[in-house]
Amino acid sequence: MRLEIKDLRVFYGKIEAIKGISVVVNQGEIVTLIGANGAGKTTTLKTISGLRPVTSGSITFDGQDISKMPAHERVALGISQAPEGRGIFPGMSVLENLEIGKYFRKDRRNEMKEDLEKVYHLFPRLKERAFQAGGTLSGGEQQMLAIGRALMARPKVLLLDEPSMGLAPMMIANIFKIITEINTELGTTILLVEQNAQQALQRAHRAYVLETGKVVKEAKASDLLNDPDVRAAYLGTGANAH
Amino acid sequence: MLNLRDAGSHFWDRLNPIQRKIFVVVAIAFLFVVPYLNEFGPTSFLNTPIASFKDALVYPIGMFVLMALGLNIVVGKSGLLDLGYVAFFAIGAYTGAILSTTTGLNMWEILPIGIALAMLSGFILGLPTLRLRGDYLAIVTLGFGEITRIVVLNSKFTGGTNGVPNIPPPPKVGPVVFNIMNPQNYYYLIVVMILLTIWMIRRLSVRRAGRAWEAIRQDEDVAMLMGVPTLKYKLWSFTIGAAVGGAAGVVFASKVMVIAPGMFDFQVSILILACVVFGGIGNIWGVVLGATLLAYIPERIRFLTDTRQLAFGLVLVIMMNFRPDGLLPRKKREKIKEKAKETK
Repeated sequence: MRLEIKDLRVFYGKIEAIKGISVVVNQGEIVTLIGANGAGKTTTLKTISGLRPVTSGSITFDGQDISKMPAHERVALGISQAPEGRGIFPGMSVLENLEIGKYFRKDRRNEMKEDLEKVYHLFPRLKERAFQAGGTLSGGEQQMLAIGRALMARPKVLLLDEPSMGLAPMMIANIFKIITEINTELGTTILLVEQNAQQALQRAHRAYVLETGKVVKEAKASDLLNDPDVRAAYLGTGANAH
Repeated sequence: MLNLRDAGSHFWDRLNPIQRKIFVVVAIAFLFVVPYLNEFGPTSFLNTPIASFKDALVYPIGMFVLMALGLNIVVGKSGLLDLGYVAFFAIGAYTGAILSTTTGLNMWEILPIGIALAMLSGFILGLPTLRLRGDYLAIVTLGFGEITRIVVLNSKFTGGTNGVPNIPPPPKVGPVVFNIMNPQNYYYLIVVMILLTIWMIRRLSVRRAGRAWEAIRQDEDVAMLMGVPTLKYKLWSFTIGAAVGGAAGVVFASKVMVIAPGMFDFQVSILILACVVFGGIGNIWGVVLGATLLAYIPERIRFLTDTRQLAFGLVLVIMMNFRPDGLLPRKKREKIKEKAKETK
């Protein structure tokens, strides 16, 4: 598995949101994109999963150029996303939400039980809530559901868009712990977009810092935690790395 | 306020299988005697004052129910706002009219052709436009409805303003004769078509297509992220909806025997959409009830002549104020029953 974005440019009408960024995600890594509001983090993820068209540049997945491929075919290749704002189907039960995560899998009937067990093992709360409508869950539970649903597709790379957004500190710590578990236990490669740079950098192997549509820094996550510029801009002066 | 939908589903849940079968048989028997209700003392108040009751049951009531169910697949199931649904009705009707007056094919043979042509036009319209969302799609479909009417109005092969006269009625099926003297037989035909449509919608709703439509309606972007080929399923719902409209059109043409462009104006699209919204978007029984009432009330109050439309509009406004989600709204699911999952 190797996801490579080369010189990617994306426009919203006449406004250039992504101004030629290059990102590489290798097998088994947790890579994080950090940056402020409007830096282009979410747009990058949406472009990788096919919700936004590429203006120029390329996205290659396992050596195959996927920049023109429709979104649903990218899911079949192994790219799954837990979208910004979680994107839970409010009128479907937790179980139905999880089931639809397997929508495109040919062998879904046989895989279903095993993968549900896997997700329930990671998020026992979802099992308790299995028959409750997605819209009635708390924010943290919805985030668990969004991640669990993305895992149902057996992704090779999991794209997470601000999983900590709007959650209580306890829940944030919990979610990040599980993200690490997914990476180590299931061996799923993760591309994580975060504003919570502190947590993201602690969990990730490598990181890219985005500013107004450009990559301004690229380094090992632990190095960035100690980088004075990054600390000043994203971590606050009082932040303590490890 | 009394919740009719829940009362109805409770009633149904409490019945055992035998009682359910009896209920269905009684309901179908009731549908069978409906055309004679106006001749029977206690229910004679149902009679429509100007149009014959049996004719009113075919058009507008039966046709509206059928078309509203078809439009409900598009608007209610997959959440696409179609303001030009009448175009498919017109395509079905003109296919029936032109083929039956020029080729000698009878209505039963034309029916699949009319359905196919309506589906094809739905597909051709949908392929470029279903990439649009919400308001934009509504405007394009509105345009399509108007274009269809204007083409029909200005073409030679459709008879222009005069329309197509002398459309033969369908040949008889066994002892069932279709002619002006027996409008109830058209009514029975439409009831069968309505039941088939309901059966089809219910079958589709529990399958992959139903799941895909539900996902698209609730959040199209996320549906794509789940690997749902959204364009394909939107096209499906559009063409299936078109098929129902086309079928209604073919039967309509053979019933009224003369069709003209004026029968297929924008108002019909809006009325059918009103039936869906008034009854309850996405709920089959709501749509059936809504369409029945919206088609029947204007016929029943025809004695009001000039003020009829005003009274009708007033009823609509008041109703929508009290029940903004329609008469029988779609179920808002909070706690999904385990039992329901197992029976699926």
